[in-house]
Order: sequence, then structure tokens, then C-alpha cells
Amino acid sequence: MNGPQDLGGQMGFGPVAPETDEPLFHAGWERRALGVTLAAGAMGAWTIDESRHARESLHPADYYASTYYEIWTKALERLLVRHGFVDEDELAQGRALRPGATPKRVLKAADVAAVLARGGPCDRAVEGPPRFAPGDRVRTRNIHLSGHTRLPRYVRGHVGTVEAVRGGFVFPDSNAHGGGENPQPVYTVVFAGRDLWGEDADPTLTVSVDAWESYLEPA
Amino acid sequence: MAARVRALETILTQKGLIDPAAIDAIVETYETKVGPRNGARVVAKAWSDASFADWLRTDATAAIASLGYTGRQGEHMEAVFNTPDTHNLVVCTLCSCYPWSVLGLPPVWYKAPAYRSRAVIDPRGVLAEFGVTLPADTRVRVWDSTAELRYLVVPERPAGTEDLDEERLADLVTRDSMIGTGLARSPEAA
Repeated sequence: MNGPQDLGGQMGFGPVAPETDEPLFHAGWERRALGVTLAAGAMGAWTIDESRHARESLHPADYYASTYYEIWTKALERLLVRHGFVDEDELAQGRALRPGATPKRVLKAADVAAVLARGGPCDRAVEGPPRFAPGDRVRTRNIHLSGHTRLPRYVRGHVGTVEAVRGGFVFPDSNAHGGGENPQPVYTVVFAGRDLWGEDADPTLTVSVDAWESYLEPA
Repeated sequence: MAARVRALETILTQKGLIDPAAIDAIVETYETKVGPRNGARVVAKAWSDASFADWLRTDATAAIASLGYTGRQGEHMEAVFNTPDTHNLVVCTLCSCYPWSVLGLPPVWYKAPAYRSRAVIDPRGVLAEFGVTLPADTRVRVWDSTAELRYLVVPERPAGTEDLDEERLADLVTRDSMIGTGLARSPEAA
């Protein structure tokens, strides 16, 4: 979706503000927000793609006014309600009022190390050879989906060069919406800075994205 | 926000959906075990061992796993090597994708709009805000992490480090140098 998350090339956010010796967390609640988000995700009720879509579906004014742990927390509330684990009145009152959906699993402390060390690989076998090869010129499709997608606006409709074929990966555009994994080949596609940003762009700049096959057509 | 997160944790705990001890364990993992020292050891080994560097270049996931660094947000790794001609910079314009297994949790600025919006259109301006000025003819390559590949920048090895062992080399590898917003420190500065 053309949502608030799609930030490449936007202006007006001011300078980057690196902190010297920044703390890992800036408040105690951020620790819990991290842990609650990961533990709730480990129930297996939604995919990483659905959770990303929940975050980018915040109202733009809310998204830009929120820190990232705030974005995570607000999106987690939506996911928990959507999947029947929690109701709005429970969120409002801050306590459980009734049983909810039953999760596939609950992450126990003893399993945390193994679960984090295993992660969630998203590579999948795909049938047939990849459509494109390194060196091919490709154009990103000019598509504006209302659902989740991982093709940023700033590269849409531009011609680039396939630099690497990365193998098959879960397709987020369908997986975010319960449409299945539908794996496709992913390619690293590199663009000249001047093709993206015009003649005044840094002549030394190249930018790459990792693009699923259906985002691309031959140029 | 503190009250909102506390409410969420309370409700989920009361319903038996989360285990507060698991949350403690998750936080402890990223506070004490998984952080940029992991990535620094990968870089120091690549500087010291040409065959490891080749492995890192061709199969970063396996090479990094051989040092014990695996897992969440590091399942599919790529290492990109800075050279005298090319400087690499990593961003996620769409969210906050970051190689947790080697760098830990991302800093606030990495997830914030200023960096995510400008890294792809004005990387030299961004680098200047980190105190990094590259020669005008150095090529700048920005990697936007739009899929599940996670990128680790291997900075150039500083001069005057021929006699250092891997442990001391790792001391020179800053987190920012592995994102591309910094350079490895010189031994005099370390």
C-alpha cells in the first residue's frame, strides 16, 4: 500500500539524529514492548508479513508521531483483536474479561533461546527456472496495491539491472492477507541514482532493492 | 505508553497467551547475548582469514553461522565489502529490517523517518551527519532491505593493523561501520 511506511525519497523529516552511546532501550516499557511483541508473534496466529501490514496500516499521522516500539505496540493490539485473542473493552480496561481464541502454542521461557536461534526462514523451493538472470535489464511494474507490498514507490516504473538471483521466498503480498506463501524468485535489482532521482543526483550513487519476480518485467 | 504496554502484558498473561518469564528471556538475549560484538567478530575474521572472507562473500549465512550467530532476522545474510572505490550503506525504507543476529536490535535512528527517507536519495548528506566524508569519486551503493535478505557491511581494514589479532581487530569494528554509516576505527583512535 502507498502508506506512511514507504519513506524512500520523502523529505521534511530533518537531519538524522545519531545518539552517542545510545541505550538499547529508552524506557522500561520498550523492553516489555519488544518481548510482548515477539512472544505474541510466537503464538503463530499471524505471519511477519501480516504484522508488517498492521504497522503500515496505522493512520499516517499516528505512524509519523510514534516511535517504532509504539508502532509495534499499536499494531499488536490490532492483530490480537483481529485474531480473536483480545477484545477492545479488555484493552480499554487493561484486564482480561473473558476467554479468547486458543493459540497454536505459547512461548515458554525455556524455549526462548532455541526459538530465537532458529528464527523464521522464508526461503522456499520454487518450480521452474527463474525468469531473469544477472545482467538482465528489467523494469519494475507501476503498481499501486491497496494491500501489503514490498516494492517501494521510488523504484516503481524504473529500469534497473538484475545483479543477483536470490532464490525463492515467501511472497509477502499474498502471505500478509492469508493468501498463502506462493513463493517466487527474488532478485537484487540495482538502479542508477540519476535514473531514480534525476540529473542532479549524485553521479556515483546506485541503489538496489530486493524484488519478487512478479514486481518485474523485461525492459 | 508505559500503561498501555503494561495493560497488554497483563491481559495476555491473564489469558495464558504469554509467559512473562519468556519476555524476560527475550529481553535478556538482546541485552546480553546478541549485539554488534557478534558482527565485529565476523568482520575481524574476514580481515584476518582470506578463505573465511571468500566464504562470507559467497555464503554469508553459513559463514556467519559457523561462528555461532544464527536466528531471528539473520536467517538470510549477505555480506557486502567496502573497497577503496565503493562504500556500501544499508537501509530499510519500508520498515526496520536489520541483521539482528550480528548487530542486535537496531538503533532508534535506523527505524526513524529521517534516515529511512534520505539514505536512498542523499546518502552523502546522511553520512555527513555521522561525521563521515567520502572522496567525491568514491561510489556509493545503497542496499534497501526490501525482502528477507539482511545485509552486513564489511568495512575496510584500517591501516596499521597488520600485527593485531582478531580480538583486537574486533575492537575497531563499530556497529555503524557495519551499517555503512561509519568507518572502522584506526588503532590510534581505539
